[in-house]
Amino acid sequence: MAANSHDQGRLPAPYLTPGSSSFMDFLSTHAPEQLPGSRPLPSVQGAVQAPHGTTIVAVAFPGGVVLAGDRRATMGNMIAQRDIEKVFPADEYSAVGIAGTAGLAVEMVRLFQLELEHFEKVEGDTLSLEGKANRLSTMIRGNLGMAMQGLAVVPLFAGYDTDRAVGRIFSYDVTGGRSEEYGFAAVGSGSVFARGSLKKLHRADLTEEQAATVAVQALYDAADDDSATGGPDVARRIYPVVAVIAESGYRRLDEDEVTTVARSVLDGRLQLPNGPLAPLV
Amino acid sequence: MTTPFYVSPQQAMADRAEYARKGIARGRGLVVLQYADGIVFVAENPSRALHKVSEIYDRIGFAATGKYNEYENLRIGGVRYADLRGYTYDRADVTARGLANVYAQTLGTIFSSAGEKPYEVELIVAEVGDAPEDDQIYRLPHDGSIIDEHGSVAVGGNADQISAYLDQRHEDGMTLGAALRLAVQALGRDGNGGERSLTGDQLEVAVLDRTRPQRRKFKRVLGRRLSELLEPAAGSGGGAGESDGADSDAKGSGSKTSDAKDSAGKTAEGKDSDAKESGSKDGSED
Repeated sequence: MAANSHDQGRLPAPYLTPGSSSFMDFLSTHAPEQLPGSRPLPSVQGAVQAPHGTTIVAVAFPGGVVLAGDRRATMGNMIAQRDIEKVFPADEYSAVGIAGTAGLAVEMVRLFQLELEHFEKVEGDTLSLEGKANRLSTMIRGNLGMAMQGLAVVPLFAGYDTDRAVGRIFSYDVTGGRSEEYGFAAVGSGSVFARGSLKKLHRADLTEEQAATVAVQALYDAADDDSATGGPDVARRIYPVVAVIAESGYRRLDEDEVTTVARSVLDGRLQLPNGPLAPLV
Repeated sequence: MTTPFYVSPQQAMADRAEYARKGIARGRGLVVLQYADGIVFVAENPSRALHKVSEIYDRIGFAATGKYNEYENLRIGGVRYADLRGYTYDRADVTARGLANVYAQTLGTIFSSAGEKPYEVELIVAEVGDAPEDDQIYRLPHDGSIIDEHGSVAVGGNADQISAYLDQRHEDGMTLGAALRLAVQALGRDGNGGERSLTGDQLEVAVLDRTRPQRRKFKRVLGRRLSELLEPAAGSGGGAGESDGADSDAKGSGSKTSDAKDSAGKTAEGKDSDAKESGSKDGSED
């Protein structure tokens, strides 16, 4: 009768093993082939051609944080997609924006979302914001092999810390190194130009709408000087994805709101093509 | 060497079933009812940390009675099953029927294997649909069978009487408040025909609410919201309690306003919608 315990259909042992609240841990014991980092690397020379996502910016304001991304994906010198979305909710109080290889990044975000939800369901409580940021770090580190073949994924993580009641931003490097950013941050190919713009425009007392405007201004500046970042596409009505995370949770600005912000930025640029002027001293 | 006594297979299985049934009957009662906007789970459970009712997936809830370590194990197995399935295919491909099947196989195998003690648990797996006709409720006894239930179902101690009481009184299209009050009346009946009145802090209540705008339809009903639903007689307060939308839309008004305890004075009871299972835990620490 002992053979009965090997009946098919019964939940296999890893499902019923207590101890871990991590979905990634469960995958690594039960279905390692589904874990992005544990696949064998194909042996190819040189960079692999795949769509890349470009610029993501984050702007903190009192009581929350705004995360925004442009809509372009490029493959070499070609535009691979005009309306890609690169900003995703991670859970109720956090969001992740991704630069780098789009295919791998989207898979990483799916797994990250599930990791947070799984923990919440098993434990009956959510992870701390630091805990979430650390989980993301581990996932990026798992992708290091791919990154060395030119398929890097570099996210920007932003969330509302319910304990401290502030919005916080975390940036990463390809090795999974994590650092907290204060005020604002940018990643991706246009991030150099976006950061210059953010430096001049960011202030500590921004409102939610102003923070969204600062983010769209920075993306405009990035698109102005970086060919891989897409600017607002008026003809097709494709505008950046802008998300706000505050005490009330994650909220993506709807089409009308983003259109209003993007239009006001565009109107301003018709007068001053280089954007608002900062005082000299 | 001693020769074991011969025990007929019928007798062996009957003994195992008897053992499991007795274990389950010792537990407190738990009922699951359909109401107009979804499915409500009501368990008699004084503990704020050890749950009998929980979320499995977007539209699927889980309730269990019996031995805690055994059903907790099955619950986590179910969460892993659902999450892996949703990750491999799509979120829409996770169904209560599939999950109930896996549970039935697991319970059935354990029940009939001589090397293991049968699980002293009885489970309910429920899935809320887009319309009341699409709701599914499955009851899974200790032996691996599945019973497809409609309207109302009771498990745990005194289940026969409670379900007979519910069958007579449950109607389709009840409001959440009416369904909840019926459930509490039913749970308060004991085997000798006596009645106890249960208060909010002896109950664990959760709903699968099809009108929730979020993808995840599971929500715990806690604190002030629960007492409003239990006492409609409290004038306008009760009326406000019946309007489900206002409160289920109010996401997270901050974790500081946790009120799993009956605290009538507190302002916002939106906490439960976002904090899910954590709400009650916070409350006990307050």
